[in-house]
Amino acid sequence: MLAEMPVISRDPMQPAGCRVTHVKKETHDTWTLDVTPPDKHWRFQPGQFSMLYVFGVGELPISISGDPQHPSKQTYTVRAVGMATRRLVSLKPKDWLGVRGPFGNGWPVEQARGKDVVLVAGGIGLAPLRPVIYHILAHRADYGRLILLYGARSPRDIIYTAELKAWAKLPQTEILTTVDYGGLSWRGNVGVVTSLFRRIALNPLRTVGMICGPEIMMSYAAREFEQKGVSRHDIYLSMERNMKCGIGLCGHCQHGPNFVCKDGPVFTYSSLERWIYKREI
Amino acid sequence: MRASSPPREGVLPRSRLSALFQALQEWGYEIIGPQIRDQAIVYDVLDRAEDLAAGYREEHAPGRYRLTPRAQQKVFASTASIHAWKRFLYPPEIKLYQISLNSSQAQIESLATPVRKRAFLGVRPCDLHAIAVQDRIFTGGVYRDPYYEANRAATLLIAVNCDEPGATCFCGSMGSGPSATHGFDLLLTEILEPEHRFLIESGSAAGEAILSRLPVTPPQEEDRTAAQDLHRQACQKFQRFVDTNELRELMYAQAESEHWEKVARRCFACANCTQVCPTCFCVNFEDSSDVSGATAQRWRRWDSCFHLSFSYIHGGSVRTSVGARYRQWITHKLASWWDQFGTSGCVGCGRCVTWCPAAIDITAEAKALGTLTRSERAHAST
Repeated sequence: MLAEMPVISRDPMQPAGCRVTHVKKETHDTWTLDVTPPDKHWRFQPGQFSMLYVFGVGELPISISGDPQHPSKQTYTVRAVGMATRRLVSLKPKDWLGVRGPFGNGWPVEQARGKDVVLVAGGIGLAPLRPVIYHILAHRADYGRLILLYGARSPRDIIYTAELKAWAKLPQTEILTTVDYGGLSWRGNVGVVTSLFRRIALNPLRTVGMICGPEIMMSYAAREFEQKGVSRHDIYLSMERNMKCGIGLCGHCQHGPNFVCKDGPVFTYSSLERWIYKREI
Repeated sequence: MRASSPPREGVLPRSRLSALFQALQEWGYEIIGPQIRDQAIVYDVLDRAEDLAAGYREEHAPGRYRLTPRAQQKVFASTASIHAWKRFLYPPEIKLYQISLNSSQAQIESLATPVRKRAFLGVRPCDLHAIAVQDRIFTGGVYRDPYYEANRAATLLIAVNCDEPGATCFCGSMGSGPSATHGFDLLLTEILEPEHRFLIESGSAAGEAILSRLPVTPPQEEDRTAAQDLHRQACQKFQRFVDTNELRELMYAQAESEHWEKVARRCFACANCTQVCPTCFCVNFEDSSDVSGATAQRWRRWDSCFHLSFSYIHGGSVRTSVGARYRQWITHKLASWWDQFGTSGCVGCGRCVTWCPAAIDITAEAKALGTLTRSERAHAST
């Protein structure tokens, strides 16, 4: 009992200091930030997120949108929608940024080996799926077809435009884009992202679906996969909830029995099905 | 060997209770225990045995609490005080960091208060259980809360068996009382007749060391019989019950029940239940900066799933209706807690029933929801 008093060990809530190295404007409201990693051991899995601390403003959970093969930089694509995100995207190279992470489970890129991968993205939901594309392109022989169904509000809301064009030229790769409102100069698809399903042929037994976007869009996309015969165990959704800690201790991100931050954010449709159609869960 | 080992049990006369205070203080413990403030029994720092809330009786009812004097000088008269012990292990508000930014160079200074050696005196079995539940949350996973962990390691738990469950208590249904079986350093049973005394049992090496310094006598047959009688009597005093059989599934099945709207008509979403609950653990992290913008602070504050902001994501809150927020709370307590932590989130302390200004009773709501599911199942099978 006269032993040493217990010492407070390292706090998982303490951010590591990092530096912004590059800021790229994607659209009128979306920017991509490159940030130095907290240390040389920093790695991430496609689909994981970090808690980004903007000095004096607060922390935000932001998906990592960079290349998992090159963890020498952290990349985040951020849409400025509120006070904190506006401050985040206004950071300049050399500015300080606090980072905790990466957190969460990530997309099932290992289980998807040998299969066709169909990605369905709505809006900024493309950002957490981009590392999956990088991963598949880096291990091209391990995967079958790569299909991206991407829905944006309007042509001016499309992010990663140059990359989308480049990926579309690659073999075994199909990139389909649609917008809600096209305008006069748009010659592409118009309609919700699920309308793209009728433009693709799937082999349901060898398809893994990964969906990221607004919850309502994800539930419709999951049903499209199911109607095409894909097992609900092979359909994955990335959920969004309020997150304050990212490590399962603050309680905010609960969705049914799950903590979105540590049990997710990626879940199989089979495990979500019971909850996702219920209101205000 | 047995004869030379320190005593595991002993009987301490009421008149020598101050010896326990002395022993704890000599070991450097700050003693936290039940005392009277604002016409209620609360837990706070105690200097002397005389400051304990002896000679009072608590009256509990849904939405009602009264403290009245009684003839007996019973020392541990409260059931579960309005304050759960969590306020000492996981304080309502702490300033975690002060961060200063000078020419793009940030300095992060940790401000968490140093750990104090504390003895919790008068922990009821329900609360002992609640501390074990919070241990799982804060120290049982991949990520641990270092402040809780340090506070907990510096805390001695002195439990007192409950012989007078209050009118809102239902620990008997939740398997957490009225008597403690494990998880304590010392366990007291207060025996009033014929001589006012405490049967003390140690449950750890630290408890044994304290016990060996007390002027105790070996327990006699009548001491053990008296303690067993008190336990038996306590078990018969419960007025509230929860049928925990299948409770998780019964709750989950009502996720979209119209019943939530009925509760919402009474619920103020005031968050009292979550503040008094000994297991509720949700917190918010808040940031502020000084006028110059050169320094910023990070605070951690208790939060509640009853607040609209709790579920806010871009575009609006997920749980806008009060019914959905009540559903989140009670379903978490009685159902999803099992999925998350392998235990019930409710220990049956009854605080949420007593301190709800609308007298909403978790036992009544659990029963109503269970009945709904059962009748729906019966209807579906016919």
